[in-house]
Amino acid sequence: MSNDAKRIETINYSLYYGGFQALRDLSIQIHANKITAIVGPSGCGKSTLLRSFNRMNELIPGVRTEGEILLDGQSILGDTDVVELRRRVGMVFQKPNPFPKSVFDNVAYGPRAHGLRRKERLSDIVERSLKAAALWDEVADDLYRSGLALSGGQQQRLCIARALAVEPEVILMDEPCSALDPVATLRIEDLMRDLAKEYTIIIVTHNMQQAARVSDYAIFLMMEEDRAGTMVEHGPTSELFTNPKDKRTEDYITGRFG
Amino acid sequence: MSHQLHAGPTEASPRVRFSPLARRHLIQKVAFALLWLAGGSAVAALLAVVGYVLVQGIGAINVDFFLSPPRGGLAGEGGISTTIITTVYLVLLTLCVATPLGVGAGVFLVEYTGEMQGQSGLIPRLVALARFGVETLAGVPSIIFGLFGYALFVSALGFGFSLLSAGLAGACLILPVVIRTTEEALLAVPRSYREASLALGTTQWQTVSGVVLPAALPGIMTGVVLSVGRIVSETAVFYVTLGGSSRAPTSLFHSGRTMALHVFYLATETNAFQKAMATGTVLIVSIMLINAVINYLTGRFTVR
Repeated sequence: MSNDAKRIETINYSLYYGGFQALRDLSIQIHANKITAIVGPSGCGKSTLLRSFNRMNELIPGVRTEGEILLDGQSILGDTDVVELRRRVGMVFQKPNPFPKSVFDNVAYGPRAHGLRRKERLSDIVERSLKAAALWDEVADDLYRSGLALSGGQQQRLCIARALAVEPEVILMDEPCSALDPVATLRIEDLMRDLAKEYTIIIVTHNMQQAARVSDYAIFLMMEEDRAGTMVEHGPTSELFTNPKDKRTEDYITGRFG
Repeated sequence: MSHQLHAGPTEASPRVRFSPLARRHLIQKVAFALLWLAGGSAVAALLAVVGYVLVQGIGAINVDFFLSPPRGGLAGEGGISTTIITTVYLVLLTLCVATPLGVGAGVFLVEYTGEMQGQSGLIPRLVALARFGVETLAGVPSIIFGLFGYALFVSALGFGFSLLSAGLAGACLILPVVIRTTEEALLAVPRSYREASLALGTTQWQTVSGVVLPAALPGIMTGVVLSVGRIVSETAVFYVTLGGSSRAPTSLFHSGRTMALHVFYLATETNAFQKAMATGTVLIVSIMLINAVINYLTGRFTVR
């Protein structure tokens, strides 16, 4: 495939919601400091796979997994501490979800929860995170306004800043632009390219153009007859989009279904 | 597309017969008149009650009425100063007991056992039982709480007719209210807040205390203030737990008399009808103030 360093690896990973199998036998590599897009039709398990990397699926009762997920060669399943895992693997959600708190408190929330109390230190982190999320210039004049008073695109960048503030290594993005207008979408995409220099990013997207624009690697999932998600194809985005090996990938990316 | 909708009937589709426009307008007018009548009479009935009490009672209200204690006797001499003090003590005592317990129970039921619903096993069953208990208690007549308080706090534990007995019985009375409003307030907090917090690597308690409780606070406050109104207006529970001393209590073990209880005593043991109505007026105005506080709180916290 390529000699980029592996960051995350799933080995024969399957996930069940009670009796329903949502993911089947996925073996995938995610490369360090690259953007990997997970694409595929609705209901194929893209978000479920993404939420496997920080074990957010476990908030739903009755979830069971098989196989293995490794982060830097270490298993993240079993009795791994999910609290620490989620600090290392941050997440940005589909709908911007800032807390009903000030911009400052939104970004400082994570560091505070991890025990940081000193005001100067927190101010540093807040400024650095907001700058990294390309929001600083727009909010620096008043960090104490409510996060909910920002526009949708600004709110999403605030959520990115909030995720960056706990110094994660991997950032998961679950259709981060689907609630945003095209201008705000482009800003987030630019931001993702910047962030990829330091972070490993995995993005779920419905938007093929977006996947083509921002991602280095792409994973194409589809449902089987029993609606379980399986991997059809996985590789560098340029190859997957210009020269798909599987007919189903080609049909999907050219818009023949989905 | 739109002009086709107005193109009228074609040969293939016979014209639909709509009811005449005038008839529909008439029905609208009748319905509106009936609803107006219902709303108007409901408001009129409420105003009549409040108005009657105010008119009857207002004459007996003066500064002295607020500053002097009831002097007793068949004529119901004196004012209501000590009953105001007792009411305030009792409200504070009740809230001190019921708020931490009720809010804690609400958080437990929603945040820590929410996902157990519908599961089998001993703990989920106990939780379901607790939830059912809370719902039932909210509908139990207050005198039952009074008798329970009498049997447990007044007799068995030997607290006698006292502020302590009444405060504990009153706490039992409002506990279901506090628990349920806490539960409702917590359930109204978007799931996305919880997910956002947990995804940052916080523990469940950090999520609850850092995001969920602050977001639910206005709702919880509303429940607490609502309970204040409940205690201020309650008589049955305190009739059998607080006794009826017209002196201001100076310890938890002293008997006392709330304003609502004073209305009851004046009405049953004296012929001071005007004094009873005057006390009623003070009560009604207090409740109005409490409701104004609720409206202020909910308005202030929900506008973001």
